[in-house]
Amino acid sequence: MSDLLVDVKKLTVDFGSGAKTVRAVAGVDLSLAKGETVALLGESGSGKSVTLRALMRLHPKSARIGGSVEVDGRDVLKLPPAELAAFRGRTVAMIFQDPGLAFDPVYKVGDQIAEAVKRHDRSSMAEGRKRALELFERVRIPSPERRLDNYPHEMSGGMRQRAMIALALACRPKVLLADEPTTALDATVQIQVLLLLRELQRELGLGVIFVTHDIGVAVEVADRIAVMYGGRIVEMGSCATVIRTPAHPYTKGLLTSRAGHSVAKGSRLVAIPGAPPDLANLPPGCAFAPRCEIASEPCRQVIPPPVDLGPGHFACCLKATPATIQAAAPQSAVA
Amino acid sequence: MSMIVDTMKPLDDVDRGGKATALLSVRGMVKHFGSNSGLLGRTKTVVRAVDGIDFDVIKGETLGIVGESGCGKSTTARLIMQIIKPDQGDILFDGEAVGSPALSLNGFRKQTQMIFQDSYASLNPRLTVEDTIAFGPRVQGMSNKAAVAQAHDLLRRVGLEPSRFAGCYPHEISGGQRQRVNIARGLAVGPRLLILDEAVSALDKSVEAQVLNLLLDLKEEFGLTYIFISHDLNVVRFMSDRVMVMYLGKVAELGPSESIFENPRHPYTQALLASMPSMDPDNRTQEAPITGDPPNPINPPPGCRFHTRCKYVTSLCANAEPALYDVGGGHEAACHLANPNSGHPRLAAA
Repeated sequence: MSDLLVDVKKLTVDFGSGAKTVRAVAGVDLSLAKGETVALLGESGSGKSVTLRALMRLHPKSARIGGSVEVDGRDVLKLPPAELAAFRGRTVAMIFQDPGLAFDPVYKVGDQIAEAVKRHDRSSMAEGRKRALELFERVRIPSPERRLDNYPHEMSGGMRQRAMIALALACRPKVLLADEPTTALDATVQIQVLLLLRELQRELGLGVIFVTHDIGVAVEVADRIAVMYGGRIVEMGSCATVIRTPAHPYTKGLLTSRAGHSVAKGSRLVAIPGAPPDLANLPPGCAFAPRCEIASEPCRQVIPPPVDLGPGHFACCLKATPATIQAAAPQSAVA
Repeated sequence: MSMIVDTMKPLDDVDRGGKATALLSVRGMVKHFGSNSGLLGRTKTVVRAVDGIDFDVIKGETLGIVGESGCGKSTTARLIMQIIKPDQGDILFDGEAVGSPALSLNGFRKQTQMIFQDSYASLNPRLTVEDTIAFGPRVQGMSNKAAVAQAHDLLRRVGLEPSRFAGCYPHEISGGQRQRVNIARGLAVGPRLLILDEAVSALDKSVEAQVLNLLLDLKEEFGLTYIFISHDLNVVRFMSDRVMVMYLGKVAELGPSESIFENPRHPYTQALLASMPSMDPDNRTQEAPITGDPPNPINPPPGCRFHTRCKYVTSLCANAEPALYDVGGGHEAACHLANPNSGHPRLAAA
């Protein structure tokens, strides 16, 4: 057994049927090592959340999942219901964007955590409460003893998100899946939660897959970044590589279209033209080709395979070669 | 400028107060929302959403408003538009009080339009794009033919080809396209002031940049003034000439954009800026600038509203509320540390 926690190969997820079939994830390969944080970066409809949910089989029954998903050495797609229930929470846990919806509004937060502990550890409710208190202290909720008896609506947004992290960690999972956990939070609270997640990840040796649409957030937490577009990973590499030497035109576009302080007042942003693709109606070749400035005829016909650009760095673009990064001259790619 | 004369009123005719007059002046605006809570609803709680704010919007500028949820930035926008009525305070538009004989509410709303965050909820699902844009001018007496012609012209200017989009319903187009329709609808009545309340926040990042560029183009083309409300500090910095930082219903800091971002004087603004992701993998944020969540506006703390989270807090801050103090260059901060005469102990130590 290597230290590979998650090994996803050729993952596909389809919704609907017949002509209305939507392929939300179209062949994703993803691995996660112990103690590593990978960020899935993408826009709405890019397949990032669907990929994440497939790791816990959280999709409705109508969804058809293809490929293979191995988590901690087990084939998730073949787990029978009882084993799946034990697997969720124990091996893999998830935190969501809206903690208000993830908690049951009519039970005390402390009891909901204790219940999860009781269910998985076959312990008593009192032991569960003890563990819940420990967790509340761990995620630094002020006056934790009193807060265990709060109902979800009695907590502020930031505190609810901390409580949800406590719930996710209740059964000491090996992998934590985070689906836009800080998107609904205010700026000053977002950074607190990001730092908490980073600290917990380090101290507990968790593997974390972090879904976000915000590059800034990804840079704060991730070791590696996987950029998703149209249901595929179009570029992946270490955080620094992807930010400093992006190779896929979409990644480059995302970085240049950011309004930062380096953009002169009164100037215009370098925007990506067009709109994200319709998953029910994807173009035959590269999904980004209709919006891409350097696309040529082959881009519209074949789905580009990953091009190796260095250790752990690849981009699915026909124009990407290691040379084009170093030359940093987009014009040369057109010829 | 000549391009807009055919469909829009020339600006010089409507500029009543002249260049020196602020386009919009807000003075002493207060809005408290009351609600009954507790046993049998006998406890009266008051949300101090906006609690006495003053500011001007200068002709031709973009004033950015930033702050966290509950700070009152959206309430401020709605109060200006009179979607909700202020409890106290005056709104002057180009020197005239809104609602006075000189400037009726209708007359004001022709000159001030608002774009909302949710591009779908703010459009009538049963009107086509063309009818949506032509609706306002028709109500104001424009002939049907002229209103439709103007709608097509505006569609072209916001980057939507009329032959393809005029007959569409809101559900048939994408979020970015819908927000362009909202902008065109706002422009249809020939406004001078556009209030953009989180207008790009719901858009995907790649589309957001397109709409921001469009807003900059339209501002130049139509000689508009913007109030740009957003929680995204990068976007506010890019768009705004001046920035107003709000905290729990009060103005914490107000000044030229570069001055606020380069040299923030209020500890809250400093914390807000330091909370932005670093974008540097080798130099990540190591410590959260402030702890805890923003307090509840139902029972805001006495004295300086930020004192419960401020690292420079003293007894003075808990007792006396700091007023906005001009630190130079039109940059004002509501912090005892910004005012050399406030008696804050740290000032004596320095």
